[in-house]
Amino acid sequence: MSDISMTDTKKVLFGPIVDTNPIVLQILGICSALAVTSNLNTTITMCLALTLVTAFSSFFISIIRNQIPSSIRIIVQMAIIASLVIVVDQFLKAYAYSVSKSLSVFVGLIITNCIVMGRAEAYAMKNPPIPSFIDGIGNGLGYSVILLILGVIRELFGSGKLFGIEVLPVVNDGGWYVPNGMLLLPPSAFFLIGLIIWALRSWKPEQVEQPDFKISSNTKASHH
Amino acid sequence: MSNDSTGKTLTVAFILCIVCSIVVSSAAVILKPMQLENKLLDKKQNILAAAGLLKEGIDVDELFKNIDVKIVNRETGRYLESGPTLEAWEKSILDNPEAYDQRKAAKTIGRFTELSSEKDIASIRKQAKYATVYHSKDADGNVEAVILPMHGYGLWSTLYGFIALKTDLSTVVGLGFYEHAETPGLGGEVDNPKWKALWPGKQVFDAEGNVDIAIIKGSVGATTKNAEHKIDGLAGATLTSRGVDNLVNFWLGKDGFGPYLAKLKAEGV
Repeated sequence: MSDISMTDTKKVLFGPIVDTNPIVLQILGICSALAVTSNLNTTITMCLALTLVTAFSSFFISIIRNQIPSSIRIIVQMAIIASLVIVVDQFLKAYAYSVSKSLSVFVGLIITNCIVMGRAEAYAMKNPPIPSFIDGIGNGLGYSVILLILGVIRELFGSGKLFGIEVLPVVNDGGWYVPNGMLLLPPSAFFLIGLIIWALRSWKPEQVEQPDFKISSNTKASHH
Repeated sequence: MSNDSTGKTLTVAFILCIVCSIVVSSAAVILKPMQLENKLLDKKQNILAAAGLLKEGIDVDELFKNIDVKIVNRETGRYLESGPTLEAWEKSILDNPEAYDQRKAAKTIGRFTELSSEKDIASIRKQAKYATVYHSKDADGNVEAVILPMHGYGLWSTLYGFIALKTDLSTVVGLGFYEHAETPGLGGEVDNPKWKALWPGKQVFDAEGNVDIAIIKGSVGATTKNAEHKIDGLAGATLTSRGVDNLVNFWLGKDGFGPYLAKLKAEGV
């Protein structure tokens, strides 16, 4: 086993939160970030589920990384990820039934979440099990941070609540706050993610991507 | 043996499949009893909520002891009783009425009837032959409320819920939906306690015994005629409101629980 230093571990664990965030830098896992963040209970369950699946799938894939034939490596990764997701889904149905009901298909869709596959392919296939596990946790945290930001904004301003407990008394129940219904619909998360990306890249300009091509000046105009 | 040889590829794939299937199936088998229990508990909770009997801090199973589960033949309005003409699946319902799943029966050939389009105002197409009804009793064992399941199409989804009636079979005790996918904040407001609170006390039948309940546009005011037969519409959710109106009218009508309610009225609850 390779011994990795503390600073490396820290980088692997906390790097994905700001520096290489899977959602806002790599733009992965957007689908579930739109779908499950209209309230915090489902958001937190989704974060936990995704973090666990990423960490353990990276761990198991890393254990057998030297045995996986390259021709079927994607299928092998998928099989491991899918099995873990089904196990998580079964546990939720047994121990957190109401949350699993409101998450409906989205737990199952972790299988197709690009973050899990991305970490398996990019990190776990080349690194030992323990760092891979930590890398999975780190990326899960990066995903969770963004989802929690979205969840707080959407639930607070969309329905005046946090964790289902009333914070801003809404007009329908006799209060003063007129909830913003758009925040409860998936597109609002899309706008919020865009704003977060804008803010983050203004703070850390090195995250701004170089354009693939530049628009050249008008060739016709140059004749004059 | 190189990793990329055919033999190695097949071996890895085979072992992986065996291991994964063992993990997945053991999780499913071990957790199954708890999942079924959760499902049943969830349904009981919804029934209690519709009847307005759900209380914080009291065990759902404890509260459910005051509820009788009965299986009704929808067309005749009679309870399912044991007899020589019953088929095997009908007998199995009688053995454990609590486990009977009306929604599953509506999808199983031979256990439902198809509705013609002019009758099918709730857009449900298929209707189970047997329906589960619940009688909620007070401490002395007298029936307090009759709870009827109902479902129908709203804007995006089928809404599943219950309506509870007093023993006069016209006064509403409560109404609630336990499953739907209407727009949150608009049609999803069918779950709003304030809107649901409009239902208790309303009359669903007129003096002649015809179904008379409507969800109107806007709100029911002091000057509204027949206010006891009318409910406020949901703001910004005309189609969901219409869907709920349709499904309540359907299930209380002659193709829904009409025959059963008529029989209860004639023979007493």
